[in-house]
Amino acid sequence: MGILIFAETYKGEFKKDSYELASYAYEIASEKGSSVTAICFNAVNPESLSNYGVNKIINCSNEELKDFDVTIYSDCISETFALENSNILILSSSSNSKYLGGVLAIKLNAGYATNVISKPSFSNGLSLRRNTFTNKAFENVNILTENSIIGLSKNSFGLKEKNVKSEIEDKKFDIGSAANKVTSIEKMSSKVTIADADIVVSGGRGLKGPENWNLIEDLAEVLGAATACSKPVSDLGWRPHSEHVGQTGKPVSSNLYIAIGISGAIQHLAGVNSSKTKVVINTDPDAPFFKAADYGIVGDAFDVVPKLIQKLKDFKSTNN
Amino acid sequence: MKILVCISHVPDTTSKINFTENNSKFDKNGVQFIINPNDEFGLTRAIWFKEKNNASVDVINVGLQETEPTLRKALAIGADKAIRINIEPTDSSVVAKSISDYISDNNYDLIIAGRESIDYNGGMVPGMISALTKINFIDKCIDLNISENSVLASREIDGGMENISTSLPLIIGGQKGLVEENDLKIPNMRGIMMARKKELLVLDPGDYTDTLKTDNFEKPEPKGEVTLVSPDEVEKLIELLNNEAKAI
Ligand SMILES: Cc1cc2nc3c(=O)[nH]c(=O)nc-3n(C[C@H](O)[C@H](O)[C@H](O)COP(=O)(O)OP(=O)(O)OC[C@H]3O[C@@H](n4cnc5c(N)ncnc54)[C@H](O)[C@@H]3O)c2cc1C
Repeated sequence: MGILIFAETYKGEFKKDSYELASYAYEIASEKGSSVTAICFNAVNPESLSNYGVNKIINCSNEELKDFDVTIYSDCISETFALENSNILILSSSSNSKYLGGVLAIKLNAGYATNVISKPSFSNGLSLRRNTFTNKAFENVNILTENSIIGLSKNSFGLKEKNVKSEIEDKKFDIGSAANKVTSIEKMSSKVTIADADIVVSGGRGLKGPENWNLIEDLAEVLGAATACSKPVSDLGWRPHSEHVGQTGKPVSSNLYIAIGISGAIQHLAGVNSSKTKVVINTDPDAPFFKAADYGIVGDAFDVVPKLIQKLKDFKSTNN
Repeated sequence: MKILVCISHVPDTTSKINFTENNSKFDKNGVQFIINPNDEFGLTRAIWFKEKNNASVDVINVGLQETEPTLRKALAIGADKAIRINIEPTDSSVVAKSISDYISDNNYDLIIAGRESIDYNGGMVPGMISALTKINFIDKCIDLNISENSVLASREIDGGMENISTSLPLIIGGQKGLVEENDLKIPNMRGIMMARKKELLVLDPGDYTDTLKTDNFEKPEPKGEVTLVSPDEVEKLIELLNNEAKAI
């Protein structure tokens, strides 16, 4: 059995997801007496994957790989999959990896399970547990093909350090031209993104208007968190669509989700429920979010949040 | 311009999720079905191209007869013709292969699918279609403009967006942003009457084997009670988040 992971980088540095994929793959490999190979593009510190159990690191340094392109990336990954005699490919749940997944499933003739939250069990082929119905249920699914692709849900396994000896291969591919040309990239300021954040602070209609968002932003800043919002808040134009989370917006599976002035409608909860710890601050003790949350404060955001920011600053200054 | 919109027939967002047949199947009893929200944004953009650029808009669904009301709704919103491929869509790859076969026989300039369906959340159908038909692909597409053969589009990336220029034929995985929430159309009486007369073509599926099989579904354990903290003791919340949840 051979396991290949696609370790994504951002500006040459590995994303945290990549170390999680490596940790996950190492555990599967050690149970099966096999080893882990990683493919990455233009990584500046490929050797760091050996701290998480990767035995062979293939770092491709073509200039053409600097910008993401679905055709070029999937060609390089599928070629490597074949060369390395792999039969399991592990991808993260980032936008780019999900973009690649469906394409790779066809190229590799592989069954592909997304939003996976368990290690595979091999007692009956290859079976996995995944989130489905936008976190309202789990599905236990069997991959029936010889090759498999596992799309691992973020934060479902965690990082496990494991130092191994590894071999690094520098590689160049023969690459054709891209069909889609990237003309520009608009990044939001240097803020943490919802996809990568460990903590997300989210505001709802209870905050009354965009002029009050300093509460959300200040709290996010002390916590090093990303900011998010409920759907009506983005529909009203108080915040950009990219912050809309929930069933029809972005999914959130952070370690900590703090909901302020959000009622907890079923469509909102569906998208954020897989976060590990959920906190709600709401004036209405009957708001449905209290049924989904781990911790709650029944109170006015305009009173509670400033106090929370202050106390967190105190906490951070004594604990750092 | 010929447009094909892939329509997934999914439970309404407020549906209670239950399972039957030893937890092997979704329980459709009493559930309302809708056009998958991501697909509805794409359909609305397609109708916009119809109104502005005289495009033709077909809609396609892979599913059993029960999905026809959803296809009729798409026709009532303004699509010209519907196609249903008559097979229970239990495997994304079978859905993608069925749609790709139809595309290969019928040459479309633009294929619009949703980024993912809100029921099984596979999120792989548009990518699979692009690999099967070798058509350019943009996922998480949030803006799409076409003049003649050239396309300017944007896609959402983690933490921002990317602007792309490409050409037809093209397939996109669409979502909100393609049009705004307020642009979504509710079918009117005239649309509903006209939809009854539009063509709904039913085709037999090709012969494809499944790549995945559901063993069973499970529902999450009921959640424990929330721990309440008084608004006058926010330091208590910080302590719980630090020591108990280990979240900060
Ligand atoms: C098809 C469909 C898809 C949807 N998808 C999504 C989705 O993806 N994401 C999403 O979020 N929604 C979604 N919704 C909308 C959802 O049903 C709710 O309408 C929405 O989540 C409510 O947003 P909210 O909690 O911000 O606002 P409200 O429901 O208005 O809640 C505001 C809350 O703030 C509290 N509040 C008021 N003042 C204060 C104060 N001073 N301090 C503290 N609390 C206060 C109130 O008690 C109330 O609970 C969808 C709806 C549909 C029909």
